Amino acid sequence: MPIDTHSQNDPLFSCDDTGPDVVTVYFEDLPIPASAGSSVAAALLVYGVVVFRSTPVSAAPRAPYCMMGVCFECLVEIDGVPNCQACLTAVREGMQVRRQQGPATLPSGVKGAGDVC
Amino acid sequence: MNSLPNPAYLQKAMAPTSMIVIGGGLLGAAIAYGASRAGASVILLDQGDIAHRASRGNFGLVWVQAKGDSAPHYARWCRDAASRWPAMAQELMTLTGIDVVLRQHGGVHFCFSDAEMEARQALLKRIDQAAGGIPFSMLDRSDVRARLPGVGPSVVGASFCPLDGHANPLKLLLALHAGMKARGVCVMSGVDVAEIRHCEAQGGFEVRSTDGRTWQAPRVVVAAGLGTTRLAQQVGLHAPLSPIRGQMLITERLQPFLPYPTEGVRQTDEGSVQLGNSFESVGADAGTTVLEIEAIAKSAVAAFPRLSSARLIRAWACLRVLTPDSLPVYEESSSCPGAFVATSHSGVSLAALHAAVIGPWMAGLRDEPVEISAFAGSRFLDPARSYSNAFLDAFANAH
Amino acid sequence: MSADLVDLVIVGAGPAGLSAAVEARSLGLQVLLLDEQRSAGGQIYRGVDVASARQLSVLGRDYAAGAALTDAFKHCGASHVAGAAVWNVSRDRTVNYLQQGRNLSVRARHIILATGAMERPFPIAGWTLPGVMGAGAAQILYKNASALPSEPVVLAGCGPLLYLLACQYLAAGVTLKAVVQTTQTRDYLRAARYAAGALKGCGDLLKGLRMTVQLRRHGVRVFSAAQALSIDGTERAEGLQFTQRGRVHRIASSLILLHQGVVPNTQLSLSLNARHSWSDMQLCWLPDTDADGQIDDIGIYIAGDSRGIVGAKASALQGRRTAIAVARRLFPGKADYLAALDARLRGELRGMLHIRPFLDALYRPALEHRVPPQDSVIVCRCEEVSAGQLRRFTELGCQGPNQTKAFGRCGMGPCQGRLCGLTVTEVIAHARAVPPGAVGYYRVRPPIKPITLGELSGP
Repeated sequence: MPIDTHSQNDPLFSCDDTGPDVVTVYFEDLPIPASAGSSVAAALLVYGVVVFRSTPVSAAPRAPYCMMGVCFECLVEIDGVPNCQACLTAVREGMQVRRQQGPATLPSGVKGAGDVC
Repeated sequence: MNSLPNPAYLQKAMAPTSMIVIGGGLLGAAIAYGASRAGASVILLDQGDIAHRASRGNFGLVWVQAKGDSAPHYARWCRDAASRWPAMAQELMTLTGIDVVLRQHGGVHFCFSDAEMEARQALLKRIDQAAGGIPFSMLDRSDVRARLPGVGPSVVGASFCPLDGHANPLKLLLALHAGMKARGVCVMSGVDVAEIRHCEAQGGFEVRSTDGRTWQAPRVVVAAGLGTTRLAQQVGLHAPLSPIRGQMLITERLQPFLPYPTEGVRQTDEGSVQLGNSFESVGADAGTTVLEIEAIAKSAVAAFPRLSSARLIRAWACLRVLTPDSLPVYEESSSCPGAFVATSHSGVSLAALHAAVIGPWMAGLRDEPVEISAFAGSRFLDPARSYSNAFLDAFANAH
Repeated sequence: MSADLVDLVIVGAGPAGLSAAVEARSLGLQVLLLDEQRSAGGQIYRGVDVASARQLSVLGRDYAAGAALTDAFKHCGASHVAGAAVWNVSRDRTVNYLQQGRNLSVRARHIILATGAMERPFPIAGWTLPGVMGAGAAQILYKNASALPSEPVVLAGCGPLLYLLACQYLAAGVTLKAVVQTTQTRDYLRAARYAAGALKGCGDLLKGLRMTVQLRRHGVRVFSAAQALSIDGTERAEGLQFTQRGRVHRIASSLILLHQGVVPNTQLSLSLNARHSWSDMQLCWLPDTDADGQIDDIGIYIAGDSRGIVGAKASALQGRRTAIAVARRLFPGKADYLAALDARLRGELRGMLHIRPFLDALYRPALEHRVPPQDSVIVCRCEEVSAGQLRRFTELGCQGPNQTKAFGRCGMGPCQGRLCGLTVTEVIAHARAVPPGAVGYYRVRPPIKPITLGELSGP
């Protein structure tokens, strides 16, 4: 059961000091600004994304918990690669991010996940 | 959970023990379950936590194809076991509520060259003719792609057997344990058996654990995995076994894409893909190696290129229990009648037969199965006889 | 794939790893340091090299001091392999790591594992809801992206990090809706027994009290001796519920930051089959090492919080001492000089460690927040296995965490037991009425970090 794509919420976090470099990443095709150097997880949270994924077991809504790569809750699809840890991936200009709905669908092209995340 | 023992258990608990089963793995549990179902009063002694638990290393296949080359009795045995699987799965579900997740729609074996295709076809035809009916078909490149979309370009064809399938080995073990309890088997965990003594005068056996506890029964079954050889010897049975390490990988959960299992790749019902297998003679070392992990990953990606983006969650290893010809040993001792040995590395494939036939036979509630003498361990004592480990050979060549 | 044999490979760029590298380099060792992040600093000094003046001001002096260490590391001549996810360390001292999609390896004469700590899980009802995060997680958000809570936020739990974050938020002008402390009278009493041996502890205790006063002065509602924490909400966090002196309190909030201490990151040490013992003081598994921090005499050492929680400064000292121990083995001729060097550090370290028992006692997480009394609380987040299900497994004969994998999929998800392991050990121990040490822990196997089959296969 996919999470409503455009459930825009009031962000839980806001950016105190964006810094000079801003890049544009796309969350479910929506362009969002992000400070260069920030993690994808941080960028999404600041933008107002509350739910990052639905679990493969019960489609429960989940979001980042540890922000350091040990909880695996912040899994999103980045540039077509499923189950990337958003907190361990830095934003890049033009990056395409989508929620991870349930278990991963393997892309049929032979791309290595390491190229993106 | 019901805190009161069920009436069947009470009744059995009152009756004198008719059989002791040593070993609570897939073999022992199936045998004890089946014996109890047939009416025996059974005690099962299990090491529990310290056990090697070969079932952890079982790939989960219910497999018939290519089994029993130059051993038609074994091919028939495997076929019989596979055909009984659905009934056993259903029975365990009804009795325990545990779903062992049997998916039995056929199994595939990949061939990577025309020469392999020819050899494979010749092998399966040979077995089919000798055993009197083991179905199979050969799939060409387009057939394989039709059945398994996304299969890699290096796969030129495959063999298919409609009897093959897969199940969850750990769930099966759990279900058998729950089934045993439901049927009134007395399961004692944390028991490390030191010795079996044949008490001819009392017409039975005394089993003693390392901590000094004892149990008596007129019949005893040794199904203790790698510990079988030593104990079997004590009751005049020969069951040479070696530990052969198997390493396996499991991926993250994935959307279903693999409708049939192969010997090296199968997708569980939760979506994770299990990959294997290695065959290493390294003694009692159940560690993983980077070399094998990478080799298994490479084979998986060759078979299904899209697995390239699947993340590995875990690699593990287990020690298989293998006889010199990789076929089972089922035998009653002639020097100590009432003592039996049972060992096989195909604890999942053969489970239904172990429960329906072996258990009741060893409990004295069923006639000796036809062709059982071919599985006697004494076959390894015959100097005139030669055998090869077809199982090991087949996979040694695959890697 | 490197065929070279490096003198010393260090895993982790936190205080212990960086200090070990600097010390080892000063002693003439060849050093390669692997770290997952793009820049050095670990969790505590994350981003310190690029921190703005504002961030340095908010985060405080202790954080800013980390820049001296990262700077020393930058100039010490060690090879820094950034963005490297170590997915396996073998007992023969081969390290396998993933960097930019490439599966690489390096062989070492000696290895120091300095993988630090992670926040202890906080398994309460609703803890898996979006909007619930660790206090440490929130701190990382600020360090990484200058992100601050946009609405009044609730902090709950215990431990120095919770109070540190509260202070930092005040400095940053964040509105704290409430700080809910779970420390009970019995914790103060227990800690008091250790205060005598830790004069510094009184200082910290005072620091904590001063901070509570400061919070109250800012109009922050501070609740003490809170119990039975739970999160309200169905699809996302809506508030925190707790009891205090028998009264039920509900505080509405979309963001709740939980914290009840940090625990060692033991995935690598466990995967090496090193023995670990349950520490009742720290309520976690600690690797068994010799005085130098070495596991099993195999040339692999552990330094810093991943050997046992000691804090940043002590971790740095431990890192230095471990480097000296390695140098002693590589340069036996320098033994006397190195022994003298180590003796000074040993004294300094001992002084820093006096306070640990006091802190462990004072900030001991409550049993009800480690072993959920309610059956419905999720323990294994990845596979959604609840406390009740775990207790049922135990009734059915499950003896320990490894067997839970057969009964249900507990611990089989992507986090590999990091967020559930400690809870599973304690829930089973409790259900079986045996000590956690007797129950054991998950068998940890590679890959320690995610790696795809394609990456494993190589080019």
